This record gives sequence, C-alpha cells and structure tokens, in this order.
Amino acid sequence: MNWLQRWVPHPLFAGFLLLLWLLMNEFSFAHLLLGAVLAVVISRVTQPFWPERSKIKHPGRLLRYLGRLLMDILKSNLIVARRILFYSRQLEPGFFTYPLTLTDDFAVTILASTISLTPGTVSAHYDREGRCLLIHCLHLEDEAALIQDIREHYEKPLQEIFDD
Amino acid sequence: MIEWAVNLAITVFAIAILLNLYRLAIGPDIVDRILALDTLMINSIALIVLFDIRLSLGILFEAAMLIALMGFVGTVAMTKYLLRGDVIE
Amino acid sequence: MTASSMPFVLELVISLFLVAGALFALIGSIGLAWLRDFFMRLHGPTKASTLGLGCLLIGSLLFFSFQRGALSVHEAIVTVFLFVTAPVSAHMMAKAALFRGVDKGGPSRNYPDR
Repeated sequence: MNWLQRWVPHPLFAGFLLLLWLLMNEFSFAHLLLGAVLAVVISRVTQPFWPERSKIKHPGRLLRYLGRLLMDILKSNLIVARRILFYSRQLEPGFFTYPLTLTDDFAVTILASTISLTPGTVSAHYDREGRCLLIHCLHLEDEAALIQDIREHYEKPLQEIFDD
Repeated sequence: MIEWAVNLAITVFAIAILLNLYRLAIGPDIVDRILALDTLMINSIALIVLFDIRLSLGILFEAAMLIALMGFVGTVAMTKYLLRGDVIE
Repeated sequence: MTASSMPFVLELVISLFLVAGALFALIGSIGLAWLRDFFMRLHGPTKASTLGLGCLLIGSLLFFSFQRGALSVHEAIVTVFLFVTAPVSAHMMAKAALFRGVDKGGPSRNYPDR
C-alpha cells in the first residue's frame, strides 16, 4: 500500500485521466497501457501544483447533489430567458455579499460554480480573509431570502458531503 | 425532419454569432470584448457540431474540443493579464 | 443523412434538442447584445449559451449513437468540460471587470468600492 501511494499520489485524478484517455480513443490493450502510463506520469509530475487534498466523505450524496443541480440549471435558464426577453428594462441588478460557513477550498469552489450556474446570480469575488463571496444578481429583490435559499439548497448539502 | 431542424439551428446560431460580433465591435470596455469572444467560441463550437450532423461525418469533435480548450485558456489568460499585467508569474 | 432509417420518435427527440439548444444560445446572445451593463451581460452567456450547447451536444450524441449503433461519448466529454469551465471563466471576467471598475456608475446597486 505504501509503494502504491508513493507511485500514485492522486489515485482519483489518475483514474480520471485513464478513463478520459479510454473514452477519447477506441478501447484496446495498447491504449489501456499507454493511458495508464500517462495517468501515473502526469499525476506525479503535477503533484507540486496540487493544493492540500479534500476528503469527500459521501460520494453518493455528491451524485445526488449533481442531479439536483442539473434540474436547477434548467429551471434557472427558463427564468433568466424570460427576464432577458420580456423584462430587460425593469430589471434591478445589484451586488451582495454572502458570508461563508464552508472552510474547505474545493467545497468553496463547487459552491461558487453552483452559484454561477443557477438563478440569475454570478459569483464575482472570493474574499479569503473575510470569508465571504461577492455575488452579482440579475434582479435583486430580497437579499436575505436569497442568502437563506443558497444556504439551505447548496451550502448545507456541501457541508454534509465534505463533512466540514 | 432532422435535416430541417439542423438547418433551422444553423440559421439561429448564425444570428447569435452576428449579435456577438456586434458586441465585439461596440463593446465599451475591453472586458466586454473578452466576454463577446468567449460567447463567440461557444457558438462556433455549436456550428461545428451542427455541420458534423449535417454532413453525418462524426469526426469534427476533436476540432470542437480543441476550440473549447483553447477558448477557455485564452479567456483566462486575457483576464489574468488585465488583473495582474502579466500572464505567467 | 441517414435519417430515413431512424424511428420517428427518436428523430423528433433529436430535432427538439437541436432547436431548443439553438433557441437557448440565441437568448444568451440577445442578452449579451441588449442588456445595460457589463455584469448583467455576463449572465446571458454563462447560463443560456452553456445550456444551449449542452442541449445541442445531447442531440448530437443521440444522433451519432444511433447511426453507429454504439454509444458515442465524445460529445458528453465536451459538454462536461464546458459546464465545468463556464463558471470559472465568468468568475475571472467578473473579477477583471471589478478590478478595472467597469460600469461603476451603472445600474447595478451596491457596487463594491476598493
């Protein structure tokens, strides 16, 4: 186990690379071998660039989170489309800050990406010292309700997944 | 029917690209132009995929993937340059 | 086109995906051209265009999977890649715009001062 850890420091990343290589090419033994060599070499060479590793405690819940995210993306696109087409003159855009409770870097990245992909919000800045995200909203009505919504819908499940 | 749908989609994407070029031309700030280029990249990927279906070749995905990669790297490099005055530190 | 050998329902589904994707992308580009300040324009391409291209690629995946009789996954890779990178590039562009103070007196409220 120890030598395996030394040779493949990021097993998930290496596995992902191998899978990607096999999906991009036709499956054969030669491609399997080449992909495995590339996965090991790349994950070793890029090791100094990696931040400290995040622990995913519940992979099953992450899948459920992604599934719900897909539905939210569809819903948010319909809302944004209607606003752009019919109400573009009455929109009242604005910024607000969202205080974070997550601490893990990877979890914060996922939360910021989620915010950018869902209803009329784009994350614009991450303040590391102040522990908050600056978010731009296409139609800012009720700041407190929006913050509450993000916390209930996305931050709580992420906290459970990463056990933060 | 698919042929009809593909033709319609190509027309719609052509209009979308014209709108992007309009923003690219007038964009008041350089960030608007970067955003226009990013959107232009997405729409041109769509056009390539549509031509692939239209000619039923199935070999243009490498081109689409390369444009997606290069477009992302280009956008990040340009914004990084604006933020720091340098691309690689 | 070998569409004649395809069942009608599949043809219908693929056509719907293609047209829906095109319409979403058009709405994104209309938003880019029409909206009043940079941060509002940022919303169009990051959401609508990405979803539009996603729909289009799903349609293409169905088409080529049926045509070859084997699952064609290249489109899925492009889709996943776009969905992962779109928020990142949007974040970077918003950061650059804040840094330059773009549209500071524009319609967006609570503009952060730095």
